[in-house]
Amino acid sequence: MLANFFETILTADEMQYARQQLGREPNPLEWAMIDAEWNEHCSYKSSKPVIAQLPTSSPRVLVGPGYDSGVVDVGDGYVLTLHIESHNHPSAIDPYGGAATGIGGVIRDILCMGSRPIALLDGLSFGDITKSEHSKWIMKNVIRGIADYGNCIGVPTVAGEVEFDQCFERNCLVDVACLGLGRKSDLLLAQATHPGDSVFLIGGSTGRDGIHGATFASKRLAADAEGERSAVQIPDPFTKKLIIEATLDANRTQILRGCKDLGGGRLMNGQTEIADKGNAGLEVYLDKIPIREVSMDPIEIMISESQERMLCVVKDGSEALLEEIMLKYGVTCARIAKVTSTQMVTVLQTGETIANLPTSFLANAPIINRKSRLPKITKYELNIKPPADMLNALLELLASPSIASKEWVFRQYDHEVGIRTVIKPGGGDAAVLKLPNGKFAAIKLDGNARFCDLDPYIGAATVLAECCRNIVAVGAEPVAMLDHCQFGDPNDEEIFWCFSMAVKGIADFAKAINLPCVGGKVSFYNQDGETGKAIKSSPVLAVLGLIERTEHVTRTRFKEDGEDIVVVGKTLPEFGGSEYYHLRGVRGSAPPSLDFELEKRTASAVLQCIKRGLVTACHDCSRGGIGVALVEMALGGCKGASVDLEKIPHPEMRDDELLFSESNSRFILTTRQPSLVLDILSKQMVPGAVAGTVGGDSMKVTMKTDKLHCKLDTLRDIYEDSLEKNLYR
Amino acid sequence: MKVAVVQFPGSNCDLDTLQVLTSNLKLESKLIWHNDFDDSTWDAVILPGGFSFGDHLRAGAIAAHSSAMQTIRKMANDGKPVLGICNGFQILIEAGLLPGALLRNSCLKFVCKWTNLRVETNHSAFTCAFETNSMIRMPVAHNEGRFFADDNLLDRLKAKDRVVMTYSGENPTGTLREIVAISNEHGNVVGMMPHPERASDIALGGEDGLKVFESMLKWS
Repeated sequence: MLANFFETILTADEMQYARQQLGREPNPLEWAMIDAEWNEHCSYKSSKPVIAQLPTSSPRVLVGPGYDSGVVDVGDGYVLTLHIESHNHPSAIDPYGGAATGIGGVIRDILCMGSRPIALLDGLSFGDITKSEHSKWIMKNVIRGIADYGNCIGVPTVAGEVEFDQCFERNCLVDVACLGLGRKSDLLLAQATHPGDSVFLIGGSTGRDGIHGATFASKRLAADAEGERSAVQIPDPFTKKLIIEATLDANRTQILRGCKDLGGGRLMNGQTEIADKGNAGLEVYLDKIPIREVSMDPIEIMISESQERMLCVVKDGSEALLEEIMLKYGVTCARIAKVTSTQMVTVLQTGETIANLPTSFLANAPIINRKSRLPKITKYELNIKPPADMLNALLELLASPSIASKEWVFRQYDHEVGIRTVIKPGGGDAAVLKLPNGKFAAIKLDGNARFCDLDPYIGAATVLAECCRNIVAVGAEPVAMLDHCQFGDPNDEEIFWCFSMAVKGIADFAKAINLPCVGGKVSFYNQDGETGKAIKSSPVLAVLGLIERTEHVTRTRFKEDGEDIVVVGKTLPEFGGSEYYHLRGVRGSAPPSLDFELEKRTASAVLQCIKRGLVTACHDCSRGGIGVALVEMALGGCKGASVDLEKIPHPEMRDDELLFSESNSRFILTTRQPSLVLDILSKQMVPGAVAGTVGGDSMKVTMKTDKLHCKLDTLRDIYEDSLEKNLYR
Repeated sequence: MKVAVVQFPGSNCDLDTLQVLTSNLKLESKLIWHNDFDDSTWDAVILPGGFSFGDHLRAGAIAAHSSAMQTIRKMANDGKPVLGICNGFQILIEAGLLPGALLRNSCLKFVCKWTNLRVETNHSAFTCAFETNSMIRMPVAHNEGRFFADDNLLDRLKAKDRVVMTYSGENPTGTLREIVAISNEHGNVVGMMPHPERASDIALGGEDGLKVFESMLKWS
């Protein structure tokens, strides 16, 4: 039975456009199909014109944005695949299930390229856990959801980022990036190119869970969002693990023509996409779709977001072989459609056509050229006195959840499975994984909502710059990036302006350093329906790097007593958006400045030092400034240091600025050959100076007027215990 | 020596274990799907870590009742080396090949970390290449690794030299008497929570785990 009514979220203009294109009134099922394709979440109708400015190609990039994952050639016949997803709305309502299914989705994106998922990274943003019980609950359950799901499917969670800010109180952000490894010869694309091929639905059955999930993600979270729980899918990691192995097995036997993830994209979207990309049509047999609930109507079946499902395009004649492989793993599969040459998506029920729409019409939502307007920016007058006690100020920073050790989080994640993880969580600025061709992949994910809030252009470019610094600090050359833009309601012209500027910042910096963007996602409507408050502009970016030789792998920890500590880059009095200001309740007026050319030269000089074998430890200097970076290096290596900050490049400034400013383009490294390091820096016109030496069991920092001296044990207690203490207080 | 690595649906350390056996130790080894494991002529068998059958019901409970267990039981009775790693240990206990129980970690959380261990005995098929009382490092990664038994059984295990490895120093899971690995009476069947396959490469943090597999060669 076809429902006689479907409530769409399309605008009147879009509905009119649809009628015009078709030359008729679509039936309710067809409206549902159009709605499913044209919502913001799936169609990128607002963001497409803006994200078009990102650079997307390089000699290494085999597949760029537009497919389920980006594909990067790492040589010797191997490829790395990468993608990023978020599950913000679901996690705000059901943190455990929402976070878990977020992983499920991104895993399938990697899988359907014919590659094996080998690493997960999480970018998490929560409300202020020092004040909010709700945010504590969200955080604990998001992390439990990620752990239970990731651990079970045997994909290590190797790195991430956790940020805390009041603006995420009702709209937490849960970003998951996944890295896959495959052979170039096994690559699959999500397309149906050959008429006569069969389309199989494999994995879980179709139920009512997740109905309207993507639509739900395309509007603001309602005040009574609790009632939208049916829009959260149910995680089943065990089935997912079987699907991973069954799909890779099927791909090895060369019977697959294409593969497509279902989930946030539903059966509807999956079908349309493979047909559109393959320039073909599909005939869908609705009665063949395994359903798990009684009397589901065709609309519900087509737009359900039940998890753990994939579409496989199987070569004509190989159907029995696919069924045999699925049987071995106990994975349900059903031949639900046939590839045709009609360029139409035709849905049949008991032999009767109940929907018939052109694929390209469905796949290409009308673009919305949204208006944007410069937000009114309030300049904040600043009058922060220097701290009475510098050590106390440092300890406060170390205790702040955004800076404190995340060990409580990553202990719960299996980060070893797969036996590839060389640099593990907490061991370096990025995760480093061993590849089968003797090279190493470095990967990191970063965000900084406070910088982006003050200036979306500089802020977003800074997030990318910092992420690249993290990659460089472990000894890797950045080779590709992913972007994930998270903003409020795009109907708000000021928010759309922030989005446009942030993307421009990312694009300009990426172009400056020749870094291609191989995929990404846009998530709007991160806005509280009740208070109307949007989250701060929160682009989260991931950067992939490559390390050619094992000797180049560099960690953060101090290694040997007596080694020289070199501070690279110039420290300026730049406190806007810093953690130091945040702890004092001040926002500031501008984020630290970013000189694209200097940043590029600095990263390149540091990488050159590492490749020359001059660097024994390296750390990017960002949140919490030099003070925090030094403590992290000391605690990692269980070695103290004596540092004189008067020696580092800086203009006339206060001691607290010297110690805690979050200026860009800075690294701290240790070396046994300081003159060679300084030589490389000066040749690239990068400021730098020897500031002290490694040794002892305490941290001694001399500044212009102040001195700081603290035992490592005291620093360790605060740095390592604060997060857990805050969560269970 | 021919070593079988049994794959259950949900096993996830199967490929890692196979890689160490074939690439690092150059052994003849194969993954065998649990339904197809009916040949007890293999020289040794390893039950890898993971979440067999999704840990549904109880970790290891369903795999313990699979048909593969009949073959594994026969090999155990024949005195061949049988190793259960992590989830494999849980399966051996559920199948009654090893005594006691593995309960949820006392911290109620999954724990993934490198740990310091003591080899309590070298009278086992998987520690005979070590000196007794050697201090080694291997990582653990599990939710249910708190070994539990009554005092009587714990005393008996100790007396019979069946406590194979213990935590030295920190005990992150609250396991009784620091126990992380035990054996059957003959020492040919061993279950251990730490992952030797994850400690078989210096680049990944250490290679003490290699000796666990080398022991298997020495034993036979």
